[in-house]
Amino acid sequence: MTKNLRVKSSEYIDETNRISFKFNGKTYHGFKGDTLASALLANDVHLVGRSFKYHRPRGIMTSGSEEPNAIVQVNPGTNRTEPNVRATEVEIYEGLEASSQNCWPSVEFDIGGINNFLSPFFPAGFYYKTFMWPASFWEKYEFFIRHSAGLGKSPTTTDPDIYDHRNVHCDVLVVGAGISGIMAAKNAAKNNFKTLLVEEKNELGGSTIYENNEFNKIDNKAPSEWLKKEIEELKNIKNLEIKTRTSVAAYHQYNYLLARENLTDHLEAKDKTNKIRQRLLKIRAKKVILAAGALERPLIFNNNDRPGIMLSSAIKKYSEFYGVACGSKNVFFTNNDSAYESAISLYNKGINVEAIIDIREQSESKIVKKVKEAGIKIYWSHSIVDTTGYKRLNSISIMKLSNDGTSVTGSKISISCDCLGVAGGWTPAVHLYTQSGSKLKFDEEKKVFLPNQNTSEQISVGSCGGDFKIDEIIKNLNQKLKDTLNINETDLDSIKVEIDQENSKRNIWLLPSDKPIGKTKPFVDYQNDATAKDIKLALREGFKSIEHVKRYTTTGMGTDQGKLGNMHALGIIADTAGVKMGELGTTTFRPPYTPLTFGTIVGRNVGKFFDIFRRTPMNDWHVENKAKFENVGQWKRAWYYPINGETMHQAVQRESKAARESAGILDASTLGKIDIQGSDASEFLNRVYTNAWSKLAIGKCRYGLMLNEDGMVYDDGVTTRLGENHYIMTTTTGGAANVLGKLEDYLQTEWPELDVYLTSVTDHYATASLCGPNSKKILKKIIPDLDLSDENFPHMSFKESKIGNIQCRIMRISFTGEHSYEINVQASYGKDLWEKCIEAGKEFNITPYGTETMHLLRAEKGFIIVGQDTDGTMTPIDLQMDWIVSKKKYDFIGKRSLYRSDTMREDRKQLVGLLTDDPNIVLEEGAQIVSELNQSPVEMLGHVTSSYFSPNLKKSIALAVVRGGKDMMGKKLFVPMENKNINVTVANPVFYDEKNERLNA
Amino acid sequence: MFLINCPYCGERDQQEFKAGGEAHIERPKQPTELSDDEWAEYLFMRKNIKGVQFERWNHAHGCRKWFNMVRDTSNDEIKAIYKMGEKPPAQ
Repeated sequence: MTKNLRVKSSEYIDETNRISFKFNGKTYHGFKGDTLASALLANDVHLVGRSFKYHRPRGIMTSGSEEPNAIVQVNPGTNRTEPNVRATEVEIYEGLEASSQNCWPSVEFDIGGINNFLSPFFPAGFYYKTFMWPASFWEKYEFFIRHSAGLGKSPTTTDPDIYDHRNVHCDVLVVGAGISGIMAAKNAAKNNFKTLLVEEKNELGGSTIYENNEFNKIDNKAPSEWLKKEIEELKNIKNLEIKTRTSVAAYHQYNYLLARENLTDHLEAKDKTNKIRQRLLKIRAKKVILAAGALERPLIFNNNDRPGIMLSSAIKKYSEFYGVACGSKNVFFTNNDSAYESAISLYNKGINVEAIIDIREQSESKIVKKVKEAGIKIYWSHSIVDTTGYKRLNSISIMKLSNDGTSVTGSKISISCDCLGVAGGWTPAVHLYTQSGSKLKFDEEKKVFLPNQNTSEQISVGSCGGDFKIDEIIKNLNQKLKDTLNINETDLDSIKVEIDQENSKRNIWLLPSDKPIGKTKPFVDYQNDATAKDIKLALREGFKSIEHVKRYTTTGMGTDQGKLGNMHALGIIADTAGVKMGELGTTTFRPPYTPLTFGTIVGRNVGKFFDIFRRTPMNDWHVENKAKFENVGQWKRAWYYPINGETMHQAVQRESKAARESAGILDASTLGKIDIQGSDASEFLNRVYTNAWSKLAIGKCRYGLMLNEDGMVYDDGVTTRLGENHYIMTTTTGGAANVLGKLEDYLQTEWPELDVYLTSVTDHYATASLCGPNSKKILKKIIPDLDLSDENFPHMSFKESKIGNIQCRIMRISFTGEHSYEINVQASYGKDLWEKCIEAGKEFNITPYGTETMHLLRAEKGFIIVGQDTDGTMTPIDLQMDWIVSKKKYDFIGKRSLYRSDTMREDRKQLVGLLTDDPNIVLEEGAQIVSELNQSPVEMLGHVTSSYFSPNLKKSIALAVVRGGKDMMGKKLFVPMENKNINVTVANPVFYDEKNERLNA
Repeated sequence: MFLINCPYCGERDQQEFKAGGEAHIERPKQPTELSDDEWAEYLFMRKNIKGVQFERWNHAHGCRKWFNMVRDTSNDEIKAIYKMGEKPPAQ
């Protein structure tokens, strides 16, 4: 029978709404309003997990997102399972299941716990040091290391939930809805700033709404009562949007923040379906007010990690907010007054507080006096030297601290207890502040890093700005609000605050024990099991930079990112190395502040929305006719059209033969099309292409090669002169966007004097390419009144015409070497055009062919494909395309680079044809080429760029780039493969119809 | 994520833009007159300053216009934005 540790009714817990949930298979009960942590604590469950390295039993330590220990697998075995969730952040609902992580077979009995007893053999850097040698053993080590690494289990099935992204713009973003955030948001909104207030918890008010120190008063009221009234008033304020359960994950420059809004995680399964689970808010704020609060620090002492050892502030929150006592025999260990507030909270509810251990010599504040009056024993100048209890704390041992705080003296006192609250002071939550690029400064008196140099319009208010007492919070908040919002008065002007003054401080980063440090376990990073001992070892081994110590010891590298212990790590390094903390600096706080789900990051961009794709207007026809598709850039292009179960090879051989023997048709809509107009259009083309354009007659087409300024081939395509000042340029499918970008760049930045306008019209036209000896007859059937004679419509010319009453542009150009026409119509008529061609071509056995056949046919002709036969290191000269490089033009992009000593080398890789001695062997694209077989190492002369079996030549053909290949015509070379060497001969890259007779056939 | 004040469109998110490297490197008017070294200087050499740097940016997913930006590369502060052809602001 478990104990019930509910201590009083809390207004935040609905005791009429009883909820049952399962933890590690056992059913428990809690109430609406509970977190998994508070509900477990109410059931006296502290042991919830095992630590990462030593598998030590660990309990709930905090009440918030900084929790290092209580990380659980939620809904294990379901499609909604999520690992590494903090129990302190899970709101319970009917049917919730959760389980411990990093333990096997169970959290109660965990085999890995053996590591704890072997811990002397696992010092910092153990893995680095041990598995370095012998090097050949790494694969064996890796198997075991990988097996034991990782915390939770990722889901194995598809995530059923919906995720969303939203852009948000506001004048003022307030992060955190504690007292500072609420007052900041209220005053911003009242002054007509469009304000967004985000809070990671489900309730507003931060720690002030459960503040219990009766000596603090705002306007003569308890601060919690006062703040509740203020929260009530927020509802009536215009310009203010409030988002709870919304955690800011990242704060980028220029006030761009990412926040995760949690919408359904607190709902029962039946209420989760068809709703957005989490939404990523992409916030651009004019001003940001950070009111992120502060995190309580633990104290670092021997065995400070047992279940039952918690932050003092967490004990207070569980008691005041959730109505749960964390233990029945409580002790506090502190270096400041806040533990006394927690003690009084328990005392007022009739819960036993055995003692307070305080490392200070004394404190005279009212709350301390009240504790004394309550008869609670206070041990001044004492420190805890050890604790006992494996799965639950059962006692502590304390000793007197020496004056300098470096050792303990006197006799040991043992105190029996089941819960220990530790209070080590407060660390401002400056994580988001530093993510924005702003800089911190160490405050020696407060022992905290504080905001110092802002890089964007931002302020840090409340405790994240270093103000911990209500009077200074209100005073400084008021002034900062006036300055940043440029207003003269606020609601805070007339507030009267009384506070209980704390008057003594003592900070010791690592508390001494009666044992030598080597025999103690003072944990600094609970999740990763990094101890003060490990940090000291790292320093002894010569690590100096805080970033290196972090990585070597793994301090601060867990899912909690060291929110609790990082300051102690810094303090211990500073003390040990004898440097000031301000000089040491901090490790970098990187986004996200708390982990994000992958779902939130990708939002709606899943499934078919994962990546953009483009389809041509003829796409439906290709699908109906069972085309296989390939991705070309963002386009889905028809690859080949298998019939009767053909393989790709069979289909391509058939298509290639048909295109040359009778007629073929290709969907060429994806080629980039740029409309070029302006009185300097010809001059512009002269400058961007290697060949001359001024004399191209209207109605004629010309092939152009475009270089980069470094002389390397960038793109190619046919450009047609439509009018005196009007051209249409085609680019490669993949290069269209980049070519347009490059041309715009030159026009706008180098040649602004040119009167030229560029418009992308790729999507505006659909293009069918008809080719083969019967293409002319087919076109004649479609447009009977167009004169297709070679005199009227020769190769490389253009006609404007009509199919029925649809305007079309026809270019007689060829990428296959056959007589062919490219017919362009407005995109919406693309499928009609295609079907018309197919219908008209039926009697000629017109054969649709895809990109693979296109590649084969052009390879037979030795036409290059930019990006396949070139790779950004090929000049036109390397491609043996000297004919296209104008010698007369004074300049064009890349011209000067063609005369650099390097581009003029004779032994550059040059494009050649390759024929295999055995005509049936098809080379592999990418295969290496050598001239010697009996050399080692052997010089690689080049590689195969394109390779096919040509059905028209009935032999294997290939294009390749070979060092000095130009002068190797007829030379025998070798292509060494895994199991054989293939004999090849260098050949002319034009394999088929060298005299171009078929163009006019 | 920068907020960039396009001189033609106003403030827009960085993801609409493309960075185009160092600004004010003029393409030589007479490339054929240059030695290999001089041409290589134009073609390959860029400063990559830590501190205030003059850069070209393009509103690629917007108005497609190129413009210049003065940016401190050490803290990403955008100090000035001006159109192509305009004189850089005095430092």
